[in-house]
Amino acid sequence: MLRQHSYWQLFSAVCKKDLQLAFRQRAEIVNPLLFFLIVITLFPLAIGPEPGLLARMAPGIIWVAALLSTMLGLDKLFREDFNDGSLEQLIASSYPLSLTVLGKVVAHWIITGVPLVLMTPLFALLLNLDNQALLATVLTLLLGTPLLSFIGAIGAGLTVGLQKGGILMSLLVLPLYIPVLIFATSAIDTSTMSLDYSGQLAILGAMLVIAVISAPIAISSALKVSVS
Amino acid sequence: MWKWLHPYAKAERAYQLCNTLLPYFAVITVVCMLVGWVWGLAYAPADYQQKDSYRIIFIHVPSAILSMGAYSSMAIAAVIALVWQLRNAELAVIAIAPVGACVTAIALITGAAWGKPMWGAWWVWDARLTSELILLFLYLGVLSLYHAFEDKKAAGRAASILAIVGVINLPIIHFSVEWWNTLHQGATITKFDTKAIDSSMFWPLMVNIVAFAGFVGTVTLMRLKNEILQREKHRPWVRQLLNRG
Amino acid sequence: MQFDSFSDFIAMGGYGFYVWLSFGTCALILLGILLSSLNDTRRIMASVQQQAEREARIQQAKQEQQV
Repeated sequence: MLRQHSYWQLFSAVCKKDLQLAFRQRAEIVNPLLFFLIVITLFPLAIGPEPGLLARMAPGIIWVAALLSTMLGLDKLFREDFNDGSLEQLIASSYPLSLTVLGKVVAHWIITGVPLVLMTPLFALLLNLDNQALLATVLTLLLGTPLLSFIGAIGAGLTVGLQKGGILMSLLVLPLYIPVLIFATSAIDTSTMSLDYSGQLAILGAMLVIAVISAPIAISSALKVSVS
Repeated sequence: MWKWLHPYAKAERAYQLCNTLLPYFAVITVVCMLVGWVWGLAYAPADYQQKDSYRIIFIHVPSAILSMGAYSSMAIAAVIALVWQLRNAELAVIAIAPVGACVTAIALITGAAWGKPMWGAWWVWDARLTSELILLFLYLGVLSLYHAFEDKKAAGRAASILAIVGVINLPIIHFSVEWWNTLHQGATITKFDTKAIDSSMFWPLMVNIVAFAGFVGTVTLMRLKNEILQREKHRPWVRQLLNRG
Repeated sequence: MQFDSFSDFIAMGGYGFYVWLSFGTCALILLGILLSSLNDTRRIMASVQQQAEREARIQQAKQEQQV
């Protein structure tokens, strides 16, 4: 078959399709955000409302909540395409699978990551974070959430063929999230001490670059295993 | 490479190879384990600072080294399995994983039992302990992914992919944990003093490392044999094994 | 020999509990995986044996029917 479309058209078509699907059923976008909000409300209730303590723990709370809420959407990332057979079509098509996968992961990030970043000022308010730390939180989330989507998609690809893949996927993926968690929270921590945190951001950026290059390959080979 | 590997792509040849290697590994393991434990427990001199508690080193360090070594050999087997499509290499991945998990668990438990008298707590968020714990999670992830699949063919390949993803992440995890630890704790705890380890302690340690390596090899071979048998259950050559034994 | 008596050896200079705890759990775990691997071999071979006997019986029954 001749390739009638450029790679960019393919990428944007896959991305657009996933976004359209998500916007049609709003719950997919709203539910992880609500979950995120509720988890963040639970922490002050559990550890006490003292503002100093909350501000100290805020980076950890925000990031753990972000990890958990991105996990929610991951299970659905390939599930529907797997069930209706379109995943098989994508694999069989002459277009490179890693590119379609890249499109799907970017769409996942736009659906789960971007709203999270946009909502952060509200959470910062709840957890008593100052403006400096808020800026750091937004920056780390901006670099970190796409990384979470990429790593998580590997787990999602590996478990998509399984009946009860959801919980297994979180077991596989969460240990791999640890470096992201460490560097992101430490960047926010450093910012609260008015120190320079560009080093941590640079490392997060480097990990993101590595993930963008290598994760689609891993995801597509995982999908091929799951479909066969 | 392919020419050299090719004969072992056949299950029967691989099984025979396991069988010929197994006795050597078993003998090395038994001899070194006996010598190493007796030497380490009874004959090696006590450390002038840590007294006799340091004797845990003779199992803690070998198991920690082997936990990493087993993971890297698992990842190498996984690469071979995916690149050359060798089914036996997939089986090797699954044969190593439980052994590696056990060795990692030993490293953690002995680390805790050493930490209690030395640092005063069973668990400290020391960089090495933490990355060892994450290593255990990675092993368990590979194992549970394998057992979640009904189709063992797909299971082997999925586990191989996860093992490779893990081995790429392992240095990053290790580095980040080490860096996080120095940030949070200020003073890092070093297991050895700056002085090099004395030869009266070094040699029993070496013997124990060989013993652990031998053990991991022995049990991996045994489990690989099992995996091959399990897969080839209905082949005539497995039937012939019955008549011989 | 670093120790004067057997009870000294057990006491490990006061660290006996920790030393023997780690060596004990180590031995237990190593033995555990070794035995479970051996057990797996036995189980697989038993199932192969069973299958072989079953097929032999089927063969025999077929022959008897023909007779």
